Amino acid sequence: MSAVIEEHHDDHHDHKPTGIGRWLFSTNHKDIGTMYLWFSFTMLFIGGALALVIRAELFQPGLQFVEPEFFNQMTTLHGLIMVFGVIMPAFVGLANWMVPMMIGAPDMALPRMNHWSFWLLPGAFGLLIESLIMSMMGMGSAPNFGWTFYAPLSTTYGPDSTDFFIFSVHMMGISSIMGAINIIATIMNMRAPGMTYMKMPIFVWTWFITAYLLIAVMPVLATAVTMMLTDRNFGTSFFDAAGGGDPVLFQHVFWFFGHPEVYIMILPAFGIISQVVPTFARKKIFGYSSMVYATSSIAFLSFIVWAHHMFTTGMPVATELFFMYATMLIAVPTGVKVFNWVSTMWKGSMTFETPMLFAIGFIFMFSIGGFTGLMLSIVPADFQYHDTYFVVAHFHYVLVTGALYAIYSAVYFWLPKWTGNMYDEKLGKVHFWVSTISVNVLFFPMHFVGLAGMPRRIPDYNMQFAEFNQMATIGAFVFGFSQLILLWNVVKTIRGRSTVKATDQVWEGAEGLEWTIPSPAPFHSFTTPPTVK
Amino acid sequence: MRAAIRVAGFISLILSSGQSLAEYQLDMRPGVTSFSQGAYEIHTLVMWISVVIAIVVFGAMTYAIINHRKSKGHKPASFDDNLKLEILWTIVPFIILGFMAVPATKVLLDMEDVSNSDMSIKVTAYQWKWHYDYLGEDISFFSNITTPDSLSVDTSCNVEMDENYLLDVDNRVVVPVNKKIRLLFTSNDVIHAWWIPAFGVKKDAIPGFINESWFKTDKPGVYRGQCAELCGTNHGFMPIVVEVKSEEDYAAWVGIQKAAAAEAAASAGKTWTMDELMAHGEKVYATNCAACHQTSGEGIPNVFPGLKGTPIVTGDIAKHIEIVVKGVPGTAMQAFGGQLNDADIAALVTYERNAWENNTGDIVQPSDIKAAR
Ligand SMILES: [Cu+2]
Repeated sequence: MSAVIEEHHDDHHDHKPTGIGRWLFSTNHKDIGTMYLWFSFTMLFIGGALALVIRAELFQPGLQFVEPEFFNQMTTLHGLIMVFGVIMPAFVGLANWMVPMMIGAPDMALPRMNHWSFWLLPGAFGLLIESLIMSMMGMGSAPNFGWTFYAPLSTTYGPDSTDFFIFSVHMMGISSIMGAINIIATIMNMRAPGMTYMKMPIFVWTWFITAYLLIAVMPVLATAVTMMLTDRNFGTSFFDAAGGGDPVLFQHVFWFFGHPEVYIMILPAFGIISQVVPTFARKKIFGYSSMVYATSSIAFLSFIVWAHHMFTTGMPVATELFFMYATMLIAVPTGVKVFNWVSTMWKGSMTFETPMLFAIGFIFMFSIGGFTGLMLSIVPADFQYHDTYFVVAHFHYVLVTGALYAIYSAVYFWLPKWTGNMYDEKLGKVHFWVSTISVNVLFFPMHFVGLAGMPRRIPDYNMQFAEFNQMATIGAFVFGFSQLILLWNVVKTIRGRSTVKATDQVWEGAEGLEWTIPSPAPFHSFTTPPTVK
Repeated sequence: MRAAIRVAGFISLILSSGQSLAEYQLDMRPGVTSFSQGAYEIHTLVMWISVVIAIVVFGAMTYAIINHRKSKGHKPASFDDNLKLEILWTIVPFIILGFMAVPATKVLLDMEDVSNSDMSIKVTAYQWKWHYDYLGEDISFFSNITTPDSLSVDTSCNVEMDENYLLDVDNRVVVPVNKKIRLLFTSNDVIHAWWIPAFGVKKDAIPGFINESWFKTDKPGVYRGQCAELCGTNHGFMPIVVEVKSEEDYAAWVGIQKAAAAEAAASAGKTWTMDELMAHGEKVYATNCAACHQTSGEGIPNVFPGLKGTPIVTGDIAKHIEIVVKGVPGTAMQAFGGQLNDADIAALVTYERNAWENNTGDIVQPSDIKAAR
């Protein structure tokens, strides 16, 4: 036995276990990264299917397909799956693949923990989706209180499956915290000689900061769900006014997690855009250090703006003013980032391959989400926007055309490095254009119905909102199905029968350590550390 | 630019819908109170500042995309920072934000000043209706949605919809014009939010807490809104209707309310016939119970129990009355004892025991309810 182990030890260049065991027992950063990405992609289609149920019901006034009760389960699970099952795991998957390669390390610092943090996720989401399947089979109700699960709707009035939900959120939280610890340990300890902090690629920087945010706020989320658990099952009254508790306390705890969470879902996206834009502009990133400082200030500000989600709960005026001013300030570092990207493009020598298209789409449409975010920060106007479709439009611009577009950009950008094959450029462009047109048909009209007064999370609505809802539904179905183009393109690239082999550098303007190793990247990226000048 | 947005919206509308174009709205409406006006103005200001910034930034980006491309032989420049520029685009946004913050603060301070009100109404939210209590006036009532059968799935799409579909209630809140009306919000169960867009008032109704807001308008009329905080199954079906009347009309309305209350008190003592009880009971059931237990009495499987042929309503009468009066703690079944009078509950219990082929033949009188409380 020991002879075998030694043999394995010596043969560490490109040896990997084969078959299903390679995936089940893997501690390799690339295999785990791949599993994270496939997990996220699968969840994208599940969460997307739920969104299509919502949009189908909202196609016209009246109830045509689902009961209000089931509609609420759809909005709840759609939100939970997209936030915790799609965006976050996709970024962790990208970090797993790219951080070691970008800093010149052979693997993540804590590979066994990496294994565990991935394998908690299928358990967590299995539990959540199981409650939905049971609901569809007529056995109880799935979580139906919105992804923000405000008390007392989720405590005193929550369905039995709420306890499943609580356990599921705990598992997701543990997974995220371990992932974050691993990324911090890797970045701190495994950088190649000469790679000082201020020489790290921006993607590594943004993930470094994101990991700290995760460690700071995931325990707060765990606290919120634990308080729910004891309120529901052990007779406490944290959130129950009848027992001397405070339902608004729940919102403070939730959003103290929830607002930094928003930046957890966008900072790595900023990092991706900061890698892609310089590559295709064939020009260095403009204002590297201001990018790092802007990211840090956004992370700091994200801790002192949480109550801007709660302006209608009736806070003292002074509190409202503080949170309004603090929220408005976020516009400054966010603006710096956008200006830097535009300046990077300025006088570059640009080409527009699919990753660049998605990055440009990101800058345009994320900015629209940024502007509506600024509008939402203004308290008197927020009283009119709050809990309407205007908010739904805002956060979908930030999370779909923002975070998800950045993830798409990253996938097209690094797929040739991962597989050794070029993806189908024509198919990629079709994917971009169909998605971009349909996503705007989907989300832009939501601004209008929101401003006209349509509340969010309602299964039926007055006639005055009919036209724009119809438009949004058409956009939703086109956008939803056009994601199959990406799936087809990825599968085609992995199989590699009809594709061109990728070079080591892949892109003409690519700079950085990940482009110095062969494509596809070897099982252990750097067995001897490179030196960075 | 506004014209451009409207044109774009209109074109997309025509593209998306061959049906008749109902009236639609692209922007926030100005409103009829000082702070819905204020909110509208600050919304417009911030939106146009955003549009101008967007034109500058997106314009620069588009220029670069068109001109600085490799296919046109553009060679990359080598600059990667510019301290002066970076300081400039950090400081200028601060100044612009200041221009937004000043008017926003003014409007907010006006909104939060509830002093010197002329009258107060306490608004209590229930799953899924509103209760209004005119403080010091001895007027209080529930306000329920009236759109018929809005809660059952109908794939034929034949639901009748008028322009106030889902936005009509049985009892409107009536207030006088030109008076500062103070609103006190609380909730009986989960968090709801009371919202009338035309007033710019959106406040959460939170169990165990009291929130305040106010409005004052010089324009009589009917104003509509909806619950704005997810509050359970029928969150989409708890509209709000406020009718602002002239001083005299308001006084007349108050008179009618008081007369009706006196009449209800008188009828509580009399003995009702089966037909009277069934007729009244059906109404009480429709506004208070049908949302969960459904008009058919069949409930929603695994969410709300059915009442058709179940021992709850065909068995022990005393137990049945107790459930209606005291509710079932820890479930969505509320205690209706505080919401309905003896005659309502008597009629309701009688109705439930005899409707949907339950046919127990039991008759419950208001005096029975009084005794059971
Ligand atoms: Cu409500």
